[in-house]
Amino acid sequence: MLTFTIRRLLLSIPTLLFIAFVIFMLLELAPGDPMAQMPLTIPPEVKEKMRLALGLGEPWWVRFPLWLKQFFIVEPQYWIDGIFGTNFADGAQRIISFQSRSPVFETIAQRMPQTLWVVGMSYVVGVLIALPIGIISAYKQYSVFDQTGTFVSMIGFSVPPFFSGVLLIVIFSVQLKWLPSIYDTTHQVTSWDTFLFQLKQMIMPVMVLALQTTAQVSRYMRASMLDNLGQDYVRTARAKGMTESVVVMKHVLRNSMIPVVTVIALGIPAIFGGAIITEQIFKVNGLGQLLIIALQGNDIPMVMTITFLLAVLIVMMNLIADILYGILDPRIRYD
Amino acid sequence: MLDRALPVLDVQGLKTVFKTRGGEVHAVNNVSFDLKAGELLGVVGESGSGKSVTMMSLLGLLPMPPAEIRAGSVMFDGEDLLNVSQEKLRSVRGGKIGFVFQDPMTSLNPVFPVGYQIAEPLRKHMGMSKKDAAIRAKELLELVGIPDADQRLLDYPHQFSGGMRQRVMIAIALACDPQVLIADEPTTALDVTIQAQILELMKELRDKLGMAVIWITHDLGVIAGIADRVMVMYGGQVVEHAPVQELFTNPQHPYTSALLKTIPSISGERAARLTVIEGQPPLVVGPPTACPFRDRCAKAMPVCALKVPPRYEIGEGHDTACFLADPLEVANAG
Ligand SMILES: Nc1ncnc2c1ncn2[C@@H]1O[C@H](COP(=O)(O)OP(=O)(O)OP(=O)(O)O)[C@@H](O)[C@H]1O
Ligand SMILES: [Mg+2]
Repeated sequence: MLTFTIRRLLLSIPTLLFIAFVIFMLLELAPGDPMAQMPLTIPPEVKEKMRLALGLGEPWWVRFPLWLKQFFIVEPQYWIDGIFGTNFADGAQRIISFQSRSPVFETIAQRMPQTLWVVGMSYVVGVLIALPIGIISAYKQYSVFDQTGTFVSMIGFSVPPFFSGVLLIVIFSVQLKWLPSIYDTTHQVTSWDTFLFQLKQMIMPVMVLALQTTAQVSRYMRASMLDNLGQDYVRTARAKGMTESVVVMKHVLRNSMIPVVTVIALGIPAIFGGAIITEQIFKVNGLGQLLIIALQGNDIPMVMTITFLLAVLIVMMNLIADILYGILDPRIRYD
Repeated sequence: MLDRALPVLDVQGLKTVFKTRGGEVHAVNNVSFDLKAGELLGVVGESGSGKSVTMMSLLGLLPMPPAEIRAGSVMFDGEDLLNVSQEKLRSVRGGKIGFVFQDPMTSLNPVFPVGYQIAEPLRKHMGMSKKDAAIRAKELLELVGIPDADQRLLDYPHQFSGGMRQRVMIAIALACDPQVLIADEPTTALDVTIQAQILELMKELRDKLGMAVIWITHDLGVIAGIADRVMVMYGGQVVEHAPVQELFTNPQHPYTSALLKTIPSISGERAARLTVIEGQPPLVVGPPTACPFRDRCAKAMPVCALKVPPRYEIGEGHDTACFLADPLEVANAG
């Protein structure tokens, strides 16, 4: 298993380099000009100077390796320096945002907690709701519970977050005035009341994202449970006199979780993608919103970095899914 | 001793149907039999004759739906197993009645070590500690002839061959010293020497513990060597039932006679699956209205298509469900 992990980690390096190159070239070839949003009164020669100052005068085969160097060497150095007070970076040039002129990673570090709170929480909530629904739906197949679950997850699948999000805002913020419609990111949790407020403002974005997760994961869980409930070993467990809870929650669940764990791991990058839209709707100033603004402003270093981080997440989750598969299923041996 | 013993298991009028889209499949029709302590009852019949479904019905092991037990009683330990609480039923399953299933490749849970799977009933029914259960599990593996039992306890089912998995299944069924062992083709996946070992083991346990065994098989050779009584099934019904000697020397039902002809002549060679009789086994959709074997029977009479033959008692412990055993019907047929 260890050699497998190391081999896969090494293999992911060329994959990621290739992805980085593709993203870079896509941004390079895309129409758009970082200067487009500058006031028209700025004379063209000044604009040209600003372009040069941003490093845009160099051809791509110079800028791409530079970005790689900054991403993989300079930024980790600054990170280590920040933690241990060392001076590895030695004033090297960091990845700088075109818009804010500050290091990209500093902005990302500021925005990360909001996204992690909303996205992470919604994923955990979604999965925790989905698993029991899937289990019960399968065990009581075609019951009222199962039918309701099917209906709700159909909604979760087919209604996009930009619709369900706006609908929730109209109902709970505009009509009922129970929940705030805008996520206040400056809010600090210091007391019980502020904690309650934080909960209140998180409910809607979390629910919108969790609905999608719940819909998908509960379907997988149900299908996987049904698959296993019909297996011969279930009959053996019953013939041994095991109670239904042991049969279902131990024998069947242990087997059913194997494919579902993979789905859960692989779903993590996707939920970050979904957060881009949800954050826009609820005005959460997280990574999703940051990416949208960077895209609109042709902030190439920012877009490049965030997109690449997502790619890293996808590759890592694939690896984790494979490792978990090997741990959960004794029949799988990687080496 | 066998004749005087009271039956440990008494099945009367069992009827099991499957509700399917194509109609109701009547897989078990009015099956009655009993089993005495220390006795070995052989059950034979070709594929689809309802042997497995009958045995699974006894312990409520069929998926319901689609299965439904329409009628009958299964008396065990003074109670009707078809009418007891789930709690009581669970205490019988794996405890007083052990079950070996037909398909060893899929009957073990792939994600638990076999030691754990053997220990499970021990911990539940005998209240053993983890440690005691592990010791007993090792003994059981040795008992069914698995070498290196100590290490193999931690292995997963996929690390065992089909025959070894079958032996693990037998170990699980025997774990709690059951009063009754129901073995559904327990030796089909095993080679001849292992098969002989398992048969020896069964006889030994029967003598030692007074365990009664129901042995389902296609192999009439095995039946001849081990069974006390034999029950022949066809189309979900018991067509003949007799002490083993009597059945082999004096078969009454045309189906039994045909079956006996399929035994290979060289003794010791394993019997082929019993499909060498002309024709196809019946598809039992809807309740039976006639003898299920009539279409393949050389001696069929008009009455065979009109009603279901009852079981005619024709000798000491010997009965057959064939109108040929009824002088009146034979006379009518002319
Ligand atoms: N789940 C089910 N749904 C519908 N019909 C079923 C189901 N299970 C079994 N049957 C039917 O019940 C009948 C008896 O099956 P059973 O498995 O008892 O046969 P068997 O005598 O054990 O055969 P074999 O020797 O092949 O094991 C068959 O006709 C089969 O089609
Ligand atoms: Mg069978």
